[in-house]
Amino acid sequence: MNDPIITIDGLNKTYEGGFQALTRVDLTIQRGEIFALLGPNGAGKTTLISLVCGFVNPSEGHVIVDGFDSVRDYRQGRERIGLVPQELTNEAFETVWNTVSFNRGLFGKSPNPAHIEKVLKSLSLWDKRYNRLMTLSGGMKRRVLIAQALSHEPRILFLDEPTAGVDVELRRDMWNVVRGLRDDGVTIILTTHYIEEAEEMADRIGVINRGEIVLVEEKAALMKKLGSKQLTLQLHSPLTELPPALAQEELSLTADGYELVYTYDGRQEEEGRGISTLLTQLEQAGISFKDLHTRQSSLEDIFVDLVKERS
Amino acid sequence: MNLYPVRAIYMAEMARTRRTLLQSVVSPVISTSLSFVVFGAAIGSRITEIGGVSYGAFIVPGLIMLMLLTQSVSNASFGLFFSKFSGSIYEILSAPISYLEIVVGYVGAAASKSILLVLIILGTSSFFVPLEIADPFWILTFLVLTAVTFSLLGFIIGIWADGFDKLQLVPLLVITPLTFLGGSFYSIDMLPPFWQSVTLANPVVYLVSGFRWSFYGISDVSLGASVAMILLFLAASLATIAWIFRTGYRLKP
Repeated sequence: MNDPIITIDGLNKTYEGGFQALTRVDLTIQRGEIFALLGPNGAGKTTLISLVCGFVNPSEGHVIVDGFDSVRDYRQGRERIGLVPQELTNEAFETVWNTVSFNRGLFGKSPNPAHIEKVLKSLSLWDKRYNRLMTLSGGMKRRVLIAQALSHEPRILFLDEPTAGVDVELRRDMWNVVRGLRDDGVTIILTTHYIEEAEEMADRIGVINRGEIVLVEEKAALMKKLGSKQLTLQLHSPLTELPPALAQEELSLTADGYELVYTYDGRQEEEGRGISTLLTQLEQAGISFKDLHTRQSSLEDIFVDLVKERS
Repeated sequence: MNLYPVRAIYMAEMARTRRTLLQSVVSPVISTSLSFVVFGAAIGSRITEIGGVSYGAFIVPGLIMLMLLTQSVSNASFGLFFSKFSGSIYEILSAPISYLEIVVGYVGAAASKSILLVLIILGTSSFFVPLEIADPFWILTFLVLTAVTFSLLGFIIGIWADGFDKLQLVPLLVITPLTFLGGSFYSIDMLPPFWQSVTLANPVVYLVSGFRWSFYGISDVSLGASVAMILLFLAASLATIAWIFRTGYRLKP
Protein backbone atom coordinates (compact mmCIF):
# COMPACT_ATOMS: atom_id res chain seq x y z
CA MET A 1 0.00 0.00 0.00
CA ASN A 2 1.58 3.27 -1.07
CA ASP A 3 -1.07 5.88 -1.68
CA PRO A 4 -0.31 8.73 0.71
CA ILE A 5 -3.18 11.03 1.65
CA ILE A 6 -1.14 13.14 4.08
CA THR A 7 2.56 13.82 3.73
CA ILE A 8 4.31 15.72 6.50
CA ASP A 9 7.75 16.90 5.56
CA GLY A 10 10.30 18.39 7.96
CA LEU A 11 7.70 19.97 10.23
CA ASN A 12 9.05 22.12 13.06
CA LYS A 13 7.03 24.05 15.58
CA THR A 14 8.53 26.42 18.10
CA TYR A 15 6.04 28.43 20.16
CA GLU A 16 6.55 32.09 21.03
CA GLY A 17 8.05 31.37 24.42
CA GLY A 18 10.73 29.25 22.74
CA PHE A 19 9.19 25.86 23.53
CA GLN A 20 9.90 23.46 20.67
CA ALA A 21 6.79 21.29 20.33
CA LEU A 22 7.79 19.45 17.16
CA THR A 23 11.24 18.68 15.76
CA ARG A 24 11.61 17.80 12.08
CA VAL A 25 8.58 15.54 11.88
CA ASP A 26 8.35 13.45 8.72
CA LEU A 27 5.28 11.26 8.46
CA THR A 28 3.13 9.74 5.76
CA ILE A 29 -0.45 8.65 6.28
CA GLN A 30 -1.80 6.17 3.75
CA ARG A 31 -5.23 6.52 2.19
CA GLY A 32 -7.90 4.45 3.92
CA GLU A 33 -5.86 3.36 6.92
CA ILE A 34 -6.44 3.82 10.63
CA PHE A 35 -3.29 5.37 12.01
CA ALA A 36 -2.84 5.59 15.76
CA LEU A 37 -0.52 8.25 17.12
CA LEU A 38 0.62 7.41 20.61
CA GLY A 39 2.62 9.50 22.98
CA PRO A 40 2.72 10.69 26.57
CA ASN A 41 1.17 14.00 27.64
CA GLY A 42 2.95 16.94 26.04
CA ALA A 43 4.59 14.78 23.39
CA GLY A 44 3.29 16.95 20.53
CA LYS A 45 0.28 14.93 19.32
CA THR A 46 -2.24 17.77 19.48
CA THR A 47 0.23 20.27 18.05
CA LEU A 48 0.82 17.96 15.09
CA ILE A 49 -2.92 17.61 14.48
CA SER A 50 -3.45 21.36 14.87
CA LEU A 51 -0.77 22.05 12.28
CA VAL A 52 -2.28 19.66 9.76
CA CYS A 53 -5.75 21.10 10.35
CA GLY A 54 -4.45 24.63 9.91
CA PHE A 55 -5.09 26.39 13.20
CA VAL A 56 -1.48 26.46 14.32
CA ASN A 57 1.18 27.99 12.06
CA PRO A 58 4.23 25.84 11.30
CA SER A 59 7.67 27.28 12.02
CA GLU A 60 9.15 25.21 9.22
CA GLY A 61 8.17 22.38 6.90
CA HIS A 62 5.21 21.41 4.77
CA VAL A 63 2.03 19.40 5.01
CA ILE A 64 0.48 18.02 1.82
CA VAL A 65 -3.15 16.88 2.13
CA ASP A 66 -4.34 14.74 -0.76
CA GLY A 67 -1.94 16.56 -3.08
CA PHE A 68 -2.68 20.06 -1.77
CA ASP A 69 -0.30 22.20 0.26
CA SER A 70 -1.97 22.93 3.61
CA VAL A 71 -0.96 26.62 3.52
CA ARG A 72 -1.06 27.54 -0.17
CA ASP A 73 -4.09 25.39 -1.11
CA TYR A 74 -5.75 25.54 2.30
CA ARG A 75 -9.29 25.39 0.93
CA GLN A 76 -8.81 22.10 -0.91
CA GLY A 77 -6.78 20.63 1.92
CA ARG A 78 -9.09 21.57 4.79
CA GLU A 79 -12.34 20.61 3.08
CA ARG A 80 -11.11 17.01 3.13
CA ILE A 81 -10.48 17.02 6.87
CA GLY A 82 -12.80 16.53 9.82
CA LEU A 83 -11.53 17.08 13.34
CA VAL A 84 -12.82 15.83 16.66
CA PRO A 85 -10.89 17.90 19.20
CA GLN A 86 -9.75 16.73 22.59
CA GLU A 87 -11.66 19.36 24.57
CA LEU A 88 -15.45 19.67 24.70
CA THR A 89 -15.78 22.97 22.90
CA ASN A 90 -19.40 23.16 21.80
CA GLU A 91 -21.53 26.30 21.80
CA ALA A 92 -23.57 25.58 24.96
CA PHE A 93 -26.76 27.45 24.06
CA GLU A 94 -27.26 26.07 20.56
CA THR A 95 -29.23 22.95 19.61
CA VAL A 96 -27.62 19.76 18.34
CA TRP A 97 -29.18 20.13 14.89
CA ASN A 98 -28.07 23.75 14.46
CA THR A 99 -24.56 23.03 15.73
CA VAL A 100 -23.99 20.20 13.28
CA SER A 101 -25.63 22.07 10.38
CA PHE A 102 -23.48 25.12 11.16
CA ASN A 103 -20.35 23.05 10.70
CA ARG A 104 -21.48 21.78 7.32
CA GLY A 105 -22.07 25.36 6.15
CA LEU A 106 -18.73 26.45 7.55
CA PHE A 107 -17.02 23.91 5.34
CA GLY A 108 -18.67 25.40 2.28
CA LYS A 109 -21.22 22.65 1.73
CA SER A 110 -24.83 23.28 0.75
CA PRO A 111 -27.43 22.28 3.35
CA ASN A 112 -28.19 18.55 3.29
CA PRO A 113 -30.71 17.63 6.00
CA ALA A 114 -30.69 13.98 4.90
CA HIS A 115 -26.95 13.69 5.55
CA ILE A 116 -27.22 15.45 8.92
CA GLU A 117 -30.03 13.08 9.85
CA LYS A 118 -27.92 10.06 8.86
CA VAL A 119 -24.97 11.28 10.94
CA LEU A 120 -27.13 12.04 13.98
CA LYS A 121 -28.83 8.66 13.78
CA SER A 122 -25.53 6.81 13.45
CA LEU A 123 -24.36 8.49 16.67
CA SER A 124 -27.66 7.95 18.53
CA LEU A 125 -28.24 11.72 18.61
CA TRP A 126 -31.42 11.88 16.57
CA ASP A 127 -33.71 11.99 19.60
CA LYS A 128 -31.64 14.85 21.03
CA ARG A 129 -31.54 16.96 17.87
CA TYR A 130 -33.59 19.82 19.34
CA ASN A 131 -31.84 19.73 22.72
CA ARG A 132 -29.50 22.52 23.66
CA LEU A 133 -25.93 21.30 24.11
CA MET A 134 -25.81 22.54 27.69
CA THR A 135 -28.46 19.95 28.58
CA LEU A 136 -26.42 16.99 27.27
CA SER A 137 -24.08 14.73 29.21
CA GLY A 138 -20.34 14.80 28.55
CA GLY A 139 -20.53 11.65 26.45
CA MET A 140 -23.35 13.06 24.36
CA LYS A 141 -21.43 16.30 23.82
CA ARG A 142 -18.53 14.23 22.54
CA ARG A 143 -20.87 12.51 20.10
CA VAL A 144 -21.90 15.96 18.89
CA LEU A 145 -18.25 16.81 18.26
CA ILE A 146 -17.98 13.69 16.11
CA ALA A 147 -21.20 14.59 14.29
CA GLN A 148 -19.80 18.07 13.63
CA ALA A 149 -16.64 16.57 12.18
CA LEU A 150 -18.65 14.24 9.92
CA SER A 151 -21.17 16.87 8.83
CA HIS A 152 -19.22 17.88 5.73
CA GLU A 153 -18.38 14.31 4.62
CA PRO A 154 -14.59 14.46 5.17
CA ARG A 155 -12.20 11.98 3.58
CA ILE A 156 -9.79 12.28 6.50
CA LEU A 157 -10.88 12.22 10.13
CA PHE A 158 -8.70 13.27 13.05
CA LEU A 159 -9.80 11.96 16.42
CA ASP A 160 -7.85 13.62 19.20
CA GLU A 161 -8.41 11.51 22.32
CA PRO A 162 -12.04 10.89 21.29
CA THR A 163 -12.92 8.47 24.05
CA ALA A 164 -11.35 10.31 26.97
CA GLY A 165 -13.84 10.28 29.81
CA VAL A 166 -16.62 8.37 28.07
CA ASP A 167 -18.22 5.17 29.32
CA VAL A 168 -17.59 1.73 27.88
CA GLU A 169 -20.85 1.55 25.95
CA LEU A 170 -20.29 4.87 24.25
CA ARG A 171 -16.72 3.95 23.48
CA ARG A 172 -17.84 0.79 21.73
CA ASP A 173 -20.45 2.76 19.78
CA MET A 174 -17.78 5.21 18.69
CA TRP A 175 -15.46 2.51 17.49
CA ASN A 176 -18.28 0.96 15.49
CA VAL A 177 -18.77 4.32 13.81
CA VAL A 178 -15.03 4.54 13.16
CA ARG A 179 -14.97 1.06 11.63
CA GLY A 180 -17.93 1.98 9.43
CA LEU A 181 -16.12 5.11 8.25
CA ARG A 182 -13.01 3.13 7.45
CA ASP A 183 -15.13 0.72 5.44
CA ASP A 184 -16.40 3.74 3.50
CA GLY A 185 -12.81 4.68 2.66
CA VAL A 186 -12.28 7.43 5.23
CA THR A 187 -8.71 7.73 6.50
CA ILE A 188 -8.60 7.94 10.28
CA ILE A 189 -5.84 9.34 12.45
CA LEU A 190 -6.41 8.95 16.16
CA THR A 191 -4.55 9.81 19.26
CA THR A 192 -5.45 7.99 22.40
CA HIS A 193 -4.26 7.14 25.85
CA TYR A 194 -6.22 3.89 25.69
CA ILE A 195 -3.54 1.83 24.03
CA GLU A 196 -5.78 -1.21 23.82
CA GLU A 197 -7.93 0.82 21.45
CA ALA A 198 -5.00 1.47 19.17
CA GLU A 199 -4.09 -2.18 19.43
CA GLU A 200 -7.59 -3.21 18.45
CA MET A 201 -8.32 -0.60 15.80
CA ALA A 202 -5.15 0.64 14.12
CA ASP A 203 -3.45 -0.59 10.98
CA ARG A 204 -0.30 1.34 11.77
CA ILE A 205 1.13 2.84 14.91
CA GLY A 206 3.22 5.97 15.28
CA VAL A 207 4.90 6.89 18.53
CA ILE A 208 5.77 10.51 19.25
CA ASN A 209 7.83 11.63 22.20
CA ARG A 210 9.22 15.07 23.01
CA GLY A 211 8.13 16.36 19.61
CA GLU A 212 9.88 13.67 17.61
CA ILE A 213 8.43 10.70 15.79
CA VAL A 214 10.15 7.80 17.50
CA LEU A 215 8.70 5.00 15.46
CA VAL A 216 6.18 4.25 12.73
CA GLU A 217 5.33 0.63 12.07
CA GLU A 218 2.58 -1.68 10.90
CA LYS A 219 0.82 -2.76 14.07
CA ALA A 220 1.27 -6.48 13.42
CA ALA A 221 4.94 -6.04 12.53
CA LEU A 222 5.49 -3.87 15.58
CA MET A 223 3.93 -6.46 17.85
CA LYS A 224 6.06 -9.15 16.26
CA LYS A 225 9.26 -7.15 16.30
CA LEU A 226 9.04 -5.64 19.73
CA GLY A 227 6.47 -7.78 21.44
CA SER A 228 7.59 -10.69 23.60
CA LYS A 229 5.78 -13.66 25.11
CA GLN A 230 6.08 -15.35 28.46
CA LEU A 231 5.43 -18.99 29.28
CA THR A 232 4.94 -19.70 32.99
CA LEU A 233 5.11 -23.32 34.20
CA GLN A 234 3.81 -24.20 37.66
CA LEU A 235 5.90 -27.07 38.98
CA HIS A 236 4.77 -30.04 41.04
CA SER A 237 7.83 -29.78 43.29
CA PRO A 238 9.87 -26.65 43.98
CA LEU A 239 13.40 -26.29 42.64
CA THR A 240 16.23 -24.69 44.59
CA GLU A 241 18.08 -23.82 41.39
CA LEU A 242 17.93 -24.42 37.65
CA PRO A 243 19.71 -27.60 36.51
CA PRO A 244 22.85 -26.67 34.49
CA ALA A 245 21.40 -28.34 31.39
CA LEU A 246 18.50 -25.83 31.40
CA ALA A 247 20.53 -22.72 32.12
CA GLN A 248 19.79 -20.04 29.51
CA GLU A 249 19.12 -16.31 29.69
CA GLU A 250 15.44 -16.65 28.68
CA LEU A 251 14.59 -18.98 31.59
CA SER A 252 14.25 -17.95 35.23
CA LEU A 253 13.03 -19.47 38.48
CA THR A 254 10.75 -17.58 40.85
CA ALA A 255 11.90 -17.03 44.43
CA ASP A 256 9.66 -19.73 45.89
CA GLY A 257 10.96 -22.25 43.31
CA TYR A 258 7.50 -23.24 42.17
CA GLU A 259 7.43 -21.40 38.82
CA LEU A 260 9.61 -21.41 35.76
CA VAL A 261 9.26 -18.33 33.57
CA TYR A 262 10.38 -18.55 29.93
CA THR A 263 10.52 -15.26 28.02
CA TYR A 264 10.74 -15.61 24.26
CA ASP A 265 10.01 -14.05 20.88
CA GLY A 266 10.43 -15.32 17.31
CA ARG A 267 14.23 -15.69 17.52
CA GLN A 268 14.38 -18.79 19.75
CA GLU A 269 12.30 -20.91 17.38
CA GLU A 270 14.49 -19.79 14.46
CA GLU A 271 17.59 -20.87 16.44
CA GLY A 272 16.06 -24.28 17.19
CA ARG A 273 15.57 -23.72 20.92
CA GLY A 274 11.95 -22.76 21.28
CA ILE A 275 9.17 -24.03 23.56
CA SER A 276 9.19 -27.60 22.22
CA THR A 277 12.93 -27.88 22.93
CA LEU A 278 12.41 -26.53 26.44
CA LEU A 279 9.62 -29.01 27.20
CA THR A 280 11.80 -31.91 25.99
CA GLN A 281 14.69 -30.68 28.17
CA LEU A 282 12.37 -30.47 31.21
CA GLU A 283 11.18 -34.03 30.65
CA GLN A 284 14.76 -35.25 30.32
CA ALA A 285 15.66 -33.45 33.56
CA GLY A 286 12.72 -35.13 35.33
CA ILE A 287 10.93 -31.85 36.04
CA SER A 288 7.17 -32.10 35.82
CA PHE A 289 4.59 -29.30 35.88
CA LYS A 290 0.91 -29.21 36.77
CA ASP A 291 -0.18 -26.09 34.88
CA LEU A 292 1.01 -23.51 32.40
CA HIS A 293 -0.08 -20.21 30.96
CA THR A 294 1.24 -17.76 28.38
CA ARG A 295 1.10 -14.01 28.19
CA GLN A 296 1.88 -11.72 25.23
CA SER A 297 3.21 -8.21 25.80
CA SER A 298 0.68 -5.56 24.85
CA LEU A 299 1.14 -2.47 22.78
CA GLU A 300 1.14 -0.60 26.06
CA ASP A 301 4.21 -2.52 27.23
CA ILE A 302 5.93 -1.76 23.93
CA PHE A 303 4.98 1.89 24.13
CA VAL A 304 6.19 2.27 27.70
CA ASP A 305 9.49 0.56 26.82
CA LEU A 306 10.00 2.77 23.80
CA VAL A 307 9.30 6.01 25.63
CA LYS A 308 11.45 4.95 28.58
CA GLU A 309 14.26 3.98 26.26
CA ARG A 310 14.26 7.39 24.56
CA SER A 311 13.94 9.44 27.73
CA MET B 1 -16.19 34.03 -2.22
CA ASN B 2 -18.01 30.94 -0.94
CA LEU B 3 -21.32 32.16 0.47
CA TYR B 4 -22.18 29.03 2.49
CA PRO B 5 -19.65 29.67 5.29
CA VAL B 6 -20.49 33.39 5.30
CA ARG B 7 -24.16 32.50 5.66
CA ALA B 8 -23.36 29.94 8.39
CA ILE B 9 -21.46 32.47 10.51
CA TYR B 10 -24.01 35.22 9.84
CA MET B 11 -26.99 33.05 10.77
CA ALA B 12 -25.28 31.69 13.89
CA GLU B 13 -24.55 35.23 15.09
CA MET B 14 -28.09 36.39 14.34
CA ALA B 15 -29.42 33.35 16.19
CA ARG B 16 -27.44 34.49 19.23
CA THR B 17 -29.30 37.82 19.06
CA ARG B 18 -32.65 36.03 18.94
CA ARG B 19 -31.65 33.96 21.97
CA THR B 20 -30.66 37.08 23.91
CA LEU B 21 -33.38 39.44 22.76
CA LEU B 22 -33.68 41.23 26.10
CA GLN B 23 -30.00 42.05 26.29
CA SER B 24 -29.38 42.60 22.56
CA VAL B 25 -32.45 44.57 21.52
CA VAL B 26 -34.80 45.51 24.33
CA SER B 27 -32.16 46.92 26.68
CA PRO B 28 -30.46 49.38 24.24
CA VAL B 29 -33.85 50.48 22.88
CA ILE B 30 -35.18 51.24 26.36
CA SER B 31 -32.06 53.07 27.55
CA THR B 32 -31.90 55.23 24.41
CA SER B 33 -35.64 55.92 24.57
CA LEU B 34 -35.23 57.05 28.18
CA SER B 35 -32.70 59.60 26.96
CA PHE B 36 -35.26 60.94 24.50
CA VAL B 37 -37.81 61.24 27.29
CA VAL B 38 -35.45 62.90 29.78
CA PHE B 39 -33.35 65.16 27.51
CA GLY B 40 -35.84 65.62 24.71
CA ALA B 41 -39.31 65.86 26.20
CA ALA B 42 -38.62 66.91 29.83
CA ILE B 43 -35.44 69.06 29.84
CA GLY B 44 -35.41 69.83 26.11
CA SER B 45 -38.57 71.93 26.27
CA ARG B 46 -36.72 74.42 28.50
CA ILE B 47 -33.71 74.76 26.18
CA THR B 48 -33.73 77.05 23.15
CA GLU B 49 -33.43 75.71 19.63
CA ILE B 50 -30.00 74.98 18.19
CA GLY B 51 -29.57 75.96 14.53
CA GLY B 52 -33.33 76.16 14.18
CA VAL B 53 -33.84 72.61 15.50
CA SER B 54 -35.58 71.85 18.79
CA TYR B 55 -33.21 70.48 21.41
CA GLY B 56 -35.10 67.18 21.63
CA ALA B 57 -34.68 66.59 17.90
CA PHE B 58 -31.11 67.95 17.90
CA ILE B 59 -29.82 65.21 20.19
CA VAL B 60 -31.40 62.31 18.29
CA PRO B 61 -28.51 61.81 15.79
CA GLY B 62 -25.95 61.98 18.60
CA LEU B 63 -27.81 59.48 20.77
CA ILE B 64 -28.28 57.15 17.83
CA MET B 65 -24.59 57.46 16.98
CA LEU B 66 -23.66 56.64 20.60
CA MET B 67 -25.83 53.53 20.50
CA LEU B 68 -24.60 52.58 17.01
CA LEU B 69 -20.93 52.83 17.98
CA THR B 70 -21.21 50.94 21.26
CA GLN B 71 -23.53 48.24 19.94
CA SER B 72 -21.47 47.63 16.78
CA VAL B 73 -18.32 47.22 18.86
CA SER B 74 -20.03 45.03 21.49
CA ASN B 75 -21.86 42.79 19.01
CA ALA B 76 -18.79 41.97 16.94
CA SER B 77 -16.37 41.67 19.84
CA PHE B 78 -18.63 39.40 21.89
CA GLY B 79 -19.36 37.03 18.99
CA LEU B 80 -15.70 36.41 18.31
CA PHE B 81 -14.55 36.48 21.92
CA PHE B 82 -17.18 33.93 22.94
CA SER B 83 -15.90 31.51 20.29
CA LYS B 84 -12.40 31.95 21.69
CA PHE B 85 -13.68 31.61 25.25
CA SER B 86 -15.62 28.40 24.56
CA GLY B 87 -12.87 26.99 22.35
CA SER B 88 -15.16 26.61 19.36
CA ILE B 89 -12.98 29.07 17.41
CA TYR B 90 -11.16 25.95 16.13
CA GLU B 91 -14.20 25.33 13.93
CA ILE B 92 -13.64 28.62 12.15
CA LEU B 93 -9.87 28.35 11.96
CA SER B 94 -9.85 24.79 10.62
CA ALA B 95 -12.58 25.41 8.05
CA PRO B 96 -11.75 25.98 4.38
CA ILE B 97 -12.74 29.63 4.47
CA SER B 98 -10.86 32.79 3.67
CA TYR B 99 -10.21 35.60 6.11
CA LEU B 100 -12.52 37.81 4.05
CA GLU B 101 -15.37 35.32 4.48
CA ILE B 102 -14.81 35.16 8.24
CA VAL B 103 -14.85 38.96 8.52
CA VAL B 104 -17.91 39.35 6.27
CA GLY B 105 -19.81 36.78 8.34
CA TYR B 106 -19.03 38.24 11.77
CA VAL B 107 -18.98 41.93 10.84
CA GLY B 108 -22.01 41.58 8.57
CA ALA B 109 -24.04 40.11 11.44
CA ALA B 110 -22.84 42.69 13.98
CA ALA B 111 -23.54 45.59 11.61
CA SER B 112 -26.98 44.18 10.72
CA LYS B 113 -27.93 43.98 14.39
CA SER B 114 -26.80 47.57 15.00
CA ILE B 115 -28.66 48.91 11.97
CA LEU B 116 -31.78 47.03 13.05
CA LEU B 117 -31.51 48.67 16.48
CA VAL B 118 -31.11 52.11 14.90
CA LEU B 119 -34.25 51.60 12.84
CA ILE B 120 -36.20 50.56 15.94
CA ILE B 121 -34.89 53.55 17.88
CA LEU B 122 -35.62 55.96 15.03
CA GLY B 123 -39.18 54.68 15.04
CA THR B 124 -39.38 55.02 18.82
CA SER B 125 -37.89 58.52 18.89
CA SER B 126 -40.53 59.81 16.48
CA PHE B 127 -43.05 59.35 19.32
CA PHE B 128 -41.14 61.78 21.56
CA VAL B 129 -39.50 64.38 19.30
CA PRO B 130 -40.29 66.05 15.97
CA LEU B 131 -37.92 64.13 13.68
CA GLU B 132 -36.91 65.38 10.22
CA ILE B 133 -34.91 63.58 7.58
CA ALA B 134 -33.17 65.97 5.19
CA ASP B 135 -31.20 63.42 3.18
CA PRO B 136 -32.09 59.71 3.45
CA PHE B 137 -29.17 58.72 1.20
CA TRP B 138 -26.58 60.21 3.56
CA ILE B 139 -28.38 58.84 6.62
CA LEU B 140 -28.14 55.37 5.13
CA THR B 141 -24.55 55.89 4.00
CA PHE B 142 -23.41 57.07 7.44
CA LEU B 143 -25.39 54.33 9.11
CA VAL B 144 -23.89 51.52 7.05
CA LEU B 145 -20.35 52.91 7.01
CA THR B 146 -20.33 53.54 10.77
CA ALA B 147 -21.90 50.19 11.63
CA VAL B 148 -19.42 48.31 9.45
CA THR B 149 -16.40 50.31 10.60
CA PHE B 150 -17.14 49.94 14.32
CA SER B 151 -18.07 46.29 13.89
CA LEU B 152 -14.62 45.85 12.38
CA LEU B 153 -13.21 47.57 15.46
CA GLY B 154 -15.28 45.19 17.61
CA PHE B 155 -13.88 42.25 15.65
CA ILE B 156 -10.36 43.48 16.47
CA ILE B 157 -11.26 43.88 20.15
CA GLY B 158 -12.76 40.36 20.18
CA ILE B 159 -9.43 38.98 18.99
CA TRP B 160 -7.36 41.17 21.30
CA ALA B 161 -9.40 40.65 24.47
CA ASP B 162 -8.32 37.84 26.76
CA GLY B 163 -11.02 38.42 29.36
CA PHE B 164 -14.58 39.72 29.64
CA ASP B 165 -13.43 42.97 31.28
CA LYS B 166 -11.37 43.94 28.23
CA LEU B 167 -14.44 43.51 26.03
CA GLN B 168 -16.09 46.42 27.84
CA LEU B 169 -12.96 48.53 28.07
CA VAL B 170 -13.21 50.28 24.70
CA PRO B 171 -17.01 50.79 24.54
CA LEU B 172 -17.19 52.13 28.10
CA LEU B 173 -13.92 53.96 28.56
CA VAL B 174 -13.21 55.20 25.05
CA ILE B 175 -16.28 55.31 22.83
CA THR B 176 -18.87 56.52 25.36
CA PRO B 177 -16.76 59.47 26.69
CA LEU B 178 -15.72 60.48 23.17
CA THR B 179 -19.36 60.45 22.05
CA PHE B 180 -20.56 62.47 25.05
CA LEU B 181 -17.75 64.97 24.41
CA GLY B 182 -18.24 64.80 20.65
CA GLY B 183 -21.19 67.12 20.27
CA SER B 184 -23.98 64.61 20.86
CA PHE B 185 -25.78 66.94 23.28
CA TYR B 186 -24.52 70.32 22.06
CA SER B 187 -23.14 72.14 19.07
CA ILE B 188 -19.41 72.77 19.37
CA ASP B 189 -20.15 76.44 18.52
CA MET B 190 -21.44 76.65 22.10
CA LEU B 191 -17.93 75.93 23.47
CA PRO B 192 -15.22 78.54 24.17
CA PRO B 193 -12.77 78.89 21.20
CA PHE B 194 -10.00 76.88 22.90
CA TRP B 195 -12.26 73.90 23.61
CA GLN B 196 -13.70 74.09 20.10
CA SER B 197 -10.18 73.44 18.77
CA VAL B 198 -9.60 70.64 21.27
CA THR B 199 -12.92 69.02 20.39
CA LEU B 200 -11.94 68.85 16.74
CA ALA B 201 -9.31 66.29 17.73
CA ASN B 202 -12.14 63.98 18.78
CA PRO B 203 -12.94 61.76 15.79
CA VAL B 204 -16.49 61.10 16.97
CA VAL B 205 -17.31 64.80 16.43
CA TYR B 206 -17.07 64.21 12.68
CA LEU B 207 -19.36 61.18 12.79
CA VAL B 208 -22.04 62.89 14.90
CA SER B 209 -21.82 66.05 12.82
CA GLY B 210 -22.16 64.24 9.49
CA PHE B 211 -25.04 62.16 10.77
CA ARG B 212 -26.82 65.24 12.14
CA TRP B 213 -26.31 67.04 8.81
CA SER B 214 -28.15 64.24 7.00
CA PHE B 215 -31.12 64.76 9.37
CA TYR B 216 -31.34 68.56 9.64
CA GLY B 217 -28.84 70.01 7.19
CA ILE B 218 -26.80 71.56 10.06
CA SER B 219 -23.32 70.47 11.05
CA ASP B 220 -20.27 71.41 13.11
CA VAL B 221 -17.78 70.34 10.44
CA SER B 222 -18.13 69.94 6.69
CA LEU B 223 -19.76 66.83 5.19
CA GLY B 224 -16.52 66.07 3.34
CA ALA B 225 -14.54 66.03 6.62
CA SER B 226 -17.10 63.66 8.17
CA VAL B 227 -16.96 61.27 5.22
CA ALA B 228 -13.16 61.41 5.16
CA MET B 229 -13.01 60.58 8.89
CA ILE B 230 -15.25 57.54 8.66
CA LEU B 231 -13.34 56.29 5.60
CA LEU B 232 -10.09 56.78 7.51
CA PHE B 233 -11.47 54.69 10.39
CA LEU B 234 -12.60 52.05 7.93
CA ALA B 235 -9.18 51.87 6.27
CA ALA B 236 -7.40 51.67 9.64
CA SER B 237 -9.67 48.86 10.85
CA LEU B 238 -9.27 46.89 7.62
CA ALA B 239 -5.49 47.30 7.72
CA THR B 240 -5.38 46.09 11.35
CA ILE B 241 -7.51 43.03 10.54
CA ALA B 242 -5.35 42.21 7.52
CA TRP B 243 -2.30 42.36 9.80
CA ILE B 244 -3.99 40.13 12.40
CA PHE B 245 -4.78 37.45 9.86
CA ARG B 246 -1.36 37.69 8.24
CA THR B 247 0.44 37.21 11.54
CA GLY B 248 -2.14 35.03 13.32
CA TYR B 249 -2.06 37.48 16.27
CA ARG B 250 -3.94 35.90 19.22
CA LEU B 251 -5.65 33.49 16.84
CA LYS B 252 -3.04 31.08 15.58
CA PRO B 253 -0.10 30.33 17.83
